[in-house]
Amino acid sequence: MEPVIDNLDLYWEGFLRSLSIIGWSLVGSLLLGTLIAAFRVSPVASLRAFGSAWVTIWRNCPLTIVLFFMAFGLPELGINTSFYVFGVAGLIIYTSAFVCEAIRSGINSVSAGQAEAARAIGLPFTQTLTQVVLPQALRATVPPLGSVQIAMFKNSAVVGAFGVGGDLWSAGRNLTSAQGYAYIPVLTGVAIGYLVITLTGGALLAVIEKKVAIAR
Amino acid sequence: MSQTSVLYDAPGPRAVRRARIGTAGALLVFLALAVLVVLRLADRGQFDAELWNPWINPSDDTFSQVWELVGKGLAATLVSATLAIVLSLVVGVLLGVARMMLGRVLRVPVVLWIELFRGLPVVVTIVFVWRAMVEVGIDVGPLPGEPALWYLVIGLTLYNSVIIAEILRAGVGSLPRGQREAALAIGLTNGQAMRSILLPQAFRVMLPALISQLVVVLKDISLVAVIGLGYLELLRRGNQISQNLDNPIQSLLIVGVIFILINYGLGKLAEYVERRLGRASGASAEAGQGASQPA
Repeated sequence: MEPVIDNLDLYWEGFLRSLSIIGWSLVGSLLLGTLIAAFRVSPVASLRAFGSAWVTIWRNCPLTIVLFFMAFGLPELGINTSFYVFGVAGLIIYTSAFVCEAIRSGINSVSAGQAEAARAIGLPFTQTLTQVVLPQALRATVPPLGSVQIAMFKNSAVVGAFGVGGDLWSAGRNLTSAQGYAYIPVLTGVAIGYLVITLTGGALLAVIEKKVAIAR
Repeated sequence: MSQTSVLYDAPGPRAVRRARIGTAGALLVFLALAVLVVLRLADRGQFDAELWNPWINPSDDTFSQVWELVGKGLAATLVSATLAIVLSLVVGVLLGVARMMLGRVLRVPVVLWIELFRGLPVVVTIVFVWRAMVEVGIDVGPLPGEPALWYLVIGLTLYNSVIIAEILRAGVGSLPRGQREAALAIGLTNGQAMRSILLPQAFRVMLPALISQLVVVLKDISLVAVIGLGYLELLRRGNQISQNLDNPIQSLLIVGVIFILINYGLGKLAEYVERRLGRASGASAEAGQGASQPA
């Protein structure tokens, strides 16, 4: 494990960089995914069509291709920025499709009778939504959303491998290819870094799930 | 949108009119955006015939070569996916049964193994397997096919077998408790109950989730394009072609569409099988989550 201990600072920097990829993607994918989910359940047909096309395309396309598309396609549209932004944008778009489906399934899990009852006692649309439907839907959304996000944590390694630079993955690549360390100890260090992230995420998710669990 | 939506009441005439106006408005916005994108791309010459011809014009010199390479890539992707899913199924069932049948203490290493590979990004697992096997000197030469194929398949199997073990556990867990109790009551041993009563039922519930897992495997195979493992699957073939013809956007688009079509088809198959099995039990809903995760 010498290579890891000697280069702890490099690992630490990479760890923080990976966390920043994850942080941005978490916020971005939740926002974008919620928007697309709103599209998918809206009464407006063209928004629904756009939402389902979005989900079908990004959910069935490998993340690697999405990332390549960002790097090759966006500059052609006149958007030139760093690989970091391309990588995060790709991860956000890819994850948003899964976030959308998690939220939609949460909304569908609320039985129609709930809203009917709310309307029957005279609640207007906004109150039906905010007082009756959404509180139940959001709780049902937590477990699938959590596993989608933990899968995203793991996919941040793909963004690293894609060439963002400076993250946990790149730290490993730098040590092995540029500095010639043996693979096994260096990659063990990388693996531990990702395990810390995913296992912590899983534990956090379990706590949140317990808090919002519905007794049905 | 069915009439039984939880969000809205059946729309009246005014709501219908508003929805129509909204549909037209949003459509205009989408069209405007699409036109903008197309104009920009046309401006950059992305619709030039020389970039597209190798892909779509059969009389182009490189047309047959390009599609032959794609065919090879697709075959490589499918071969590795099949190997990986079959191996994952075998190993996954063994792991799952071990986790369920072993005692509290004996189970610990199995649980640790499962948690370890579930928590690791699959891309890290593949690179680790590949580099570690080369470094330690484990020879995959005797196996048929190229070494890179086996590094990829072993890496994928380590990850997916663990997922399948968990799907199996969820499937068995979803069966009514009485199934096992009745099996034990008629004198079957634990192992017999598992083998002839619980597993056959769990497999049925698992089938859609297994198909969904195949989608995950297919997508993960294209990871070799970013880690430099020398296995020429579909995406790497696409990159190879685009480097020669200098048309990355067109090539990526075609390769992407092939992936989307295959995976969309598999997704629909999974839905169909789920409906055919017709048991809207909690297990199939839970196990079916394989498809809804961006793994």
